Amino acid sequence: MPAHDVLILGAGLAGQRAALAAAEAGASVAIMSKVHPVRSHSVAAAGGINAAINPADDWRSHAYDTVKGSDFIGDQDAIEVMCREAPHEVMHLEHIGVTFHRNETGQMDLRAFGGASMKRTAYVADITGQAILHVLYEQLMKHHETVDRYEEWFTTHLLQDESGAVSGCIARDIRTGELAEFTAKNVILATGGVGQAFKPTTNGLICTGDGIAQAYRLGAPLMDMEMVQYHPTCLVENGFLITEGARGEGAHLLNADGERFMEKYAPNKMELASRDVVSRAEQTEINEGRGVGPGGVGIYLDVTVVPRKRTLEALREIVNIGKDFAGVDITREPILIRPGQHYIMGGVKTDVDGATPIEGLYAAGEVACVSVHGGNRLGANSLLDTLIFGRRAGEHAAARAASMPMPTAVGQARLNDEQTMIDGIIGRPKTGRRISEIKDDLGTEMNENVAVFRTQDGLEHALDVVRRLKEEAKTAYVDDKGTVFNQDVLGALELGYMLDCAECTVVGAIERKESRGAQFRVDYPDRNDEEWQKHITLSRNGDDIPHVAYSPVTITQWQPEERKY
Amino acid sequence: MAAEPLTTEGAEASPAHSDHSEPFTLRIRRYDPESGDAPYWVEHTIELEPHRSVLEGILQAKGRFDGSIGIRCSCKAAICGSCGVRINGQPGLACHTHLDKAKRTSKDGVIEIEPMGNMPVIKDLIVDMDAVHWKKVQRVTPWLINKEPIPEREYIVDRESMVDVTQTMACIQCGACVSDCLAMEVDPLFIGPAALAKSYRFVGDPRDAQQYERLKDLAEDPHGIYDCTHCFKCIEACPKGVAPMNQIMRLRRRAGTDYHIVDRNNGERHEAAFVQLIKNYGLLWEAELLPRSYGGPSWFGKFHPAAGQELLSSLPVITKSVLRRKVTPMGALKPHKIPAEDLKQVKEIYETVEGRDQRLEFNLYISGTDENNDGPVSERVEATGDANAEDNA
Repeated sequence: MPAHDVLILGAGLAGQRAALAAAEAGASVAIMSKVHPVRSHSVAAAGGINAAINPADDWRSHAYDTVKGSDFIGDQDAIEVMCREAPHEVMHLEHIGVTFHRNETGQMDLRAFGGASMKRTAYVADITGQAILHVLYEQLMKHHETVDRYEEWFTTHLLQDESGAVSGCIARDIRTGELAEFTAKNVILATGGVGQAFKPTTNGLICTGDGIAQAYRLGAPLMDMEMVQYHPTCLVENGFLITEGARGEGAHLLNADGERFMEKYAPNKMELASRDVVSRAEQTEINEGRGVGPGGVGIYLDVTVVPRKRTLEALREIVNIGKDFAGVDITREPILIRPGQHYIMGGVKTDVDGATPIEGLYAAGEVACVSVHGGNRLGANSLLDTLIFGRRAGEHAAARAASMPMPTAVGQARLNDEQTMIDGIIGRPKTGRRISEIKDDLGTEMNENVAVFRTQDGLEHALDVVRRLKEEAKTAYVDDKGTVFNQDVLGALELGYMLDCAECTVVGAIERKESRGAQFRVDYPDRNDEEWQKHITLSRNGDDIPHVAYSPVTITQWQPEERKY
Repeated sequence: MAAEPLTTEGAEASPAHSDHSEPFTLRIRRYDPESGDAPYWVEHTIELEPHRSVLEGILQAKGRFDGSIGIRCSCKAAICGSCGVRINGQPGLACHTHLDKAKRTSKDGVIEIEPMGNMPVIKDLIVDMDAVHWKKVQRVTPWLINKEPIPEREYIVDRESMVDVTQTMACIQCGACVSDCLAMEVDPLFIGPAALAKSYRFVGDPRDAQQYERLKDLAEDPHGIYDCTHCFKCIEACPKGVAPMNQIMRLRRRAGTDYHIVDRNNGERHEAAFVQLIKNYGLLWEAELLPRSYGGPSWFGKFHPAAGQELLSSLPVITKSVLRRKVTPMGALKPHKIPAEDLKQVKEIYETVEGRDQRLEFNLYISGTDENNDGPVSERVEATGDANAEDNA
């Protein structure tokens, strides 16, 4: 039975970075993922990574932009850490092999991105996430003797010792169905977000909030869960992401009158205002009848204003997406887009070392809420978040491991319980609903009532639906009775995780009676610093609606001010 | 809903297509390793708009009819590389193939989906990529070996060089090229298209310190760069325009022309002999190819003992070829002749290519075009073998 100093769950950018950092610090490390690491959803991050590496730039400027982007509920101590360490981290990536685009002098080129006061986004065409993820995996292959990889293993349960500290996990080998116990001094959650609770979403099918829900079930508080980012440019067709890099390279947004409507909403930054602002502007245009395309549900993204040569070189992937998934040559004609669910700012509450309030449990990346994104994440800050806090969590967990004994294994009896749980799912009678139906209902409801614009009535309706679906999920029927690659059983477990996360999102959104960042309450259209300049945290309360509490926002040098772009 | 005008409802089924669902029948190859039974075919009819992907079709079948259908998938947008399968016999990503196109290319109107080739099947459409693909990737030392000293800031490198390796960086490790590699079918030890393309990602990277060592290693390996038979299958299969075979050819050019690596597989000499024969005669002269590949272009080279050995071991093939009239004895022994005018044109091609100061390398990301000059794009994109461009033209 494996035992490690540091066990990392999830092998996207945060997880892989944590694993490499912990191994470098001398810890024995295992990294486990329900998919092969390069399939992790970090692969889909397109546009780039922010860092103040231009000598004319300053990390404080990056930090201020991030604070402003967060609508002043990002924690400024954490934002300072992230932005100060960004240049070093990006240079590290360059040194291990990321093929960042260069300018004519051979230095790293930088592109413009939303909400940023200057060009500070380093990139690899529009496959930046893929390039970094694959390079980190190269490093894992290089360090295969010091980092154990468990690829296609699914964590079913986090383990705790008598004192409540996390001591490992139980996981199922997806290929064989075998359950095994993994003992660990520290567990780092790096399992990503929960976009699949929405339909459509830019997120992959694997983004089901596993780690968020697992931590929540242990009693860890979740924070900022009401803050759900809708990305301004997703294909109307199917919700696929069109990178913000397109607007960074100069693309325009046009309404039915052919008007660059962003001048009404953000006269200075135009299309490069922060994502919440642009998404709201688009949705307002659509709702007021100036949408384009069939049914008027879209907005035109016009990339033809970008020189064609530049588009083919730096936006190659979205040229393909336009061609393959919408039948449009974006270098010749505008493409129909609309806001779509993309990212959750919230997650498991952590400190700047990735530590959660539960001893031995860390979180980094989209699963976590440090909080560096607050009410709204800036484009190209998510890759940075995963790497900085992935590394810090890895280092911190390794240091903690150095001064403690290996926890004792819980043993076979516990494994038998877990097997009984799985057998229970497999043995469910055919009277229940299908998993895919429940998931569809959840996604549709969330996208109807917990989207860009929210109302009390809509949110209460969503809460009722989520509560009902939670009941139905307990008896959801499973077709696959086998052990090898039983994706049906995983689907049943994932459904439960998504519903827990969705419930917290809805409860947080009901609680916050103001409009800030991604949360826009039609019934409370203004930001209310006096009452709501604070985080909402949610903790598990048995099977009941989550317990709501508050956490102060850390302010270091930037006082809240009116937010204009 | 009360909040109707304010919602983002309707994004999933856009009005443009919501009424245009059509039935499509999928024939999926199933295999349950626990049953002890052989693989079998199952048909499901799903309803989706024609431009939806085969993956969405499979997911609908899985969601509505049978949750036990096994397929790896995540992003649905051709970036995670999970859903490599064969559709009507052709390898590719299920998420990247439209239902209507798949129906058109099917033999009987039923879209046939089976697991990729050259890799063991674990269950249904899921293959063991670790046993083949990832093992081969690990073989090529797939990480940067830094040039020293490591600079404090970024390495200062040529702008084009980074764009150049981005083409191989764009590989999503889906395995479609491995699935269809003919050389690997014959020689399972062949390092193969994906791993060799990965290797070019370092050989082409000016920050790497061991380009010569990498090339030497891949040239000397009997299952290395000279094992590729130049069949273009991997270029056709690749959903991302990585054009693995082109990368293999570039590895050969670097090894042979730039580093003068003469390998024990005679790959380099074979290629040189081939090129020289075409230049001289306009067509291949089979009888001369073998001795020259061993002994070089000189007359005495013909008597290289290894050439004799190879000739002997090749006799069955030669005999078969003669019996099947692929070659005639006289045709093989004497140089083929083409009209003088044609030969002149062949020589002109050589002169043009060899007369360039720099080798012209085609690359997906370097398009060499601008607003006013659209001509070269299509040519160049095509020359890289960009499967996307062709598929969706």
